[in-house]
Amino acid sequence: MRFVDEYRDSDKARALAGRIAALCEPGRTYKFMEVCGGHTHTIYKHGLEDYLPEAITLIHGPGCPVCVIPMGRVDDAIHLAGQPDVIMTSFGDMMRVPGGDGSFFDANAKGADIRMVYSPLDALRIARDNPAKHVIFMAIGFETTVPSTAMTALRARTEGIGNFSVFCNHVTIIPAIKAILDSPDLRLDGFIGPGHVSSVIGCAPYEFIARDYGKPLVVAGFEPLDILQSIYMILRQLAENRSEVENQYARVVPWEGNLKALDVINEVMEPRAYFEWRGLGFISHSALRMKNTYADLDAEHLFQVPGGRVADPKACQCGEVLKGVLKPWECKVFGTACTPETPIGTCMVSSEGACAAYYNFGRFTRSRVKEATVRHSTAQGVQP
Amino acid sequence: MCLGIPGEIIEIDPDQPDLATVEVSGVRRAINVGLLSDERLTPGDWILIHVGFALSKIDEEEARSAMAFLESIGQAYEDEIAALRASTLDASPQTPAAGTTEGSEVAQRGSDGVLRGSEGAR
Repeated sequence: MRFVDEYRDSDKARALAGRIAALCEPGRTYKFMEVCGGHTHTIYKHGLEDYLPEAITLIHGPGCPVCVIPMGRVDDAIHLAGQPDVIMTSFGDMMRVPGGDGSFFDANAKGADIRMVYSPLDALRIARDNPAKHVIFMAIGFETTVPSTAMTALRARTEGIGNFSVFCNHVTIIPAIKAILDSPDLRLDGFIGPGHVSSVIGCAPYEFIARDYGKPLVVAGFEPLDILQSIYMILRQLAENRSEVENQYARVVPWEGNLKALDVINEVMEPRAYFEWRGLGFISHSALRMKNTYADLDAEHLFQVPGGRVADPKACQCGEVLKGVLKPWECKVFGTACTPETPIGTCMVSSEGACAAYYNFGRFTRSRVKEATVRHSTAQGVQP
Repeated sequence: MCLGIPGEIIEIDPDQPDLATVEVSGVRRAINVGLLSDERLTPGDWILIHVGFALSKIDEEEARSAMAFLESIGQAYEDEIAALRASTLDASPQTPAAGTTEGSEVAQRGSDGVLRGSEGAR
């Protein structure tokens, strides 16, 4: 932690932890899900669980864009990349994600042209620079990245770029949260809501969680104190028998979200009937596709996409990790067969994945110690 | 890609108000600010950037905090900044100059990790 005021922050964290402990009902345990992978990162990096009373367990949610992409879609992308004169592009995080037949890097070794880009606008530029090729942007991500894809499609249309299309794999957070709430596997007491996704969709879409499921949700920032503050706000709601959506991150997230971004998304994309999520299975209306009016920019319209389902490797338990049923270190292959260098599952690939965050930062936290004593497992085996 | 990187607006192209020259981690880049068209951005404003697009207007304090978060996560941040530097963001044929205004390659951050405003002129 490189804050100038590190010690002051540390004092603040302890003070908050004291107020959190004071709000916990004796004998009651609490499970809170942090939906966003960025939050997971902060929690492990700063060992936030060490500040919390034993009664509180933080459950890591599905908010890691790369982690939820099913293997079949990786294979589809590689199939598209194999079409004549196609250049495939995607974010760097996607390059190492294993599909049924290897990753993008493996496909490149076999002659495909799959390039990593920082922005969909880079993909559009590649299209401009290569008029004899067709450039496909494999779009992934939650609502944080959806507006950028939609803006890029609009730009391609405005400029009349005819050799560019989007292979749309955007997912939406609300149906995933609903699927988790409806799943019998897990009983949650509240949610730490995603920060950047909410800067696009705002806070109102979460209201059903408070209203219909009776669970508090607090949209949170990414600093350690933000997360502790949000946990305090959730506990305060529970102590006062309230369930509401509150916004701890109002300095970035307007309650109504970014209306321009929402307009742009609605212009270009619409919900799919269903979409497969790694680990969560098929969830209805949980992803976006290009509207018919943008079919000329839709790779799934312009090309045949196999659309096969590929079962995850048997050893891989990303599904359970994404649902919050397993902690990363409870997976059989965590840190042994599956590491950031040679990932078997997506949660180890992306920096936003719970497994990668835990592998890199979390080894000495309270839960690690607890796990070592409870399970008598080979603690050495998970050390890199 | 979900990382929000703070940047300071240096200049907005009056002919293309969707494009701003933004200083990000010591590098000047063209950033698409079209999603903040209601915010009346001016030079000196701070924004939070996702994959080349500004999604939120923030204050300097929040920019500092966002940068502290990014630095705390290490490799993923390094990768994101490296990708952003390699990117030719929106340097469309109509705007050959935009996006190529290289700033100093050295991040303008002190050893304490505090983000400095450009030229300290504000």
